[in-house]
Amino acid sequence: MDRVPVLKIGDMLLVSIQVDLSDRLASQLQEDLADRIVATGAHGVIIDITGLDIVDSFVGRMLATIATVSRVLDAETVVVGMRPAVAITLVELGLALKGIRTALDVDRGIALLRDLRAPVDGAPAGDDEAEQAPAGVS
Amino acid sequence: MINAEPVGPAESLPIEVDDDVVRVRQLVRSAAVATRLSLVDQTKIVTAASELARNTLIHGGGGRVEVQSVTNGTRRGIRLSFTDEGPGIADVDRAFTDGFTTAGGLGLGLSGARRLMDELDLWTKVGEGTVVTAVKWER
Repeated sequence: MDRVPVLKIGDMLLVSIQVDLSDRLASQLQEDLADRIVATGAHGVIIDITGLDIVDSFVGRMLATIATVSRVLDAETVVVGMRPAVAITLVELGLALKGIRTALDVDRGIALLRDLRAPVDGAPAGDDEAEQAPAGVS
Repeated sequence: MINAEPVGPAESLPIEVDDDVVRVRQLVRSAAVATRLSLVDQTKIVTAASELARNTLIHGGGGRVEVQSVTNGTRRGIRLSFTDEGPGIADVDRAFTDGFTTAGGLGLGLSGARRLMDELDLWTKVGEGTVVTAVKWER
């Protein structure tokens, strides 16, 4: 009720906004996400806004700020699930959401984050797999 | 002046705290659904209401909104009136300029709301307050 839950899945954080966001709740989410990125070392953030029936300038700014802050903390943000009517309204409002990556749904968001990560990491996709490698070499 | 005759009773809500902005959005949404605005127009009027309610709260120091079903003889619509007794707006032209802000926001509230609504009137007097009246008509 007081907070939007942030879930950790692998090296990604998933936020699914299912409540009507007050400005206070939006600001709280912004802070929580930055904390969780640092605490978990997550490299990707997916924000699902399927449940939002509007995105006004305050929430739009929150999404842009989260994207920028997460990038500084070595994580990429993808906003997924924007409704068509919300997209039309956002553009007319004057918010182009430049600098925010979007995908149509969570699956595509995850795929996008993996693609973004792949060329940088090269072979070792994550620490877990690197530790398992010696077993196969012997 | 906006040509709009009231139809039925108006509904009114105070805008004094953050959560009131959420309540204004919910009230405007139910009015938009009742007037059978299209989904895109519902989204536009609720978004505009959110911007204007935040202005009333932050710039006006709080106030009220009145939501009224209206008609111009041929079409139905919804009229929103946001009233505050705050400091008023000294430079109206700049207040309507994209990106102009005195509160650290994006400066899209008033200009964006004008684009999202079909009509928007602003009355303001320094030291007395501000009234923003806006109408969205059915297509």
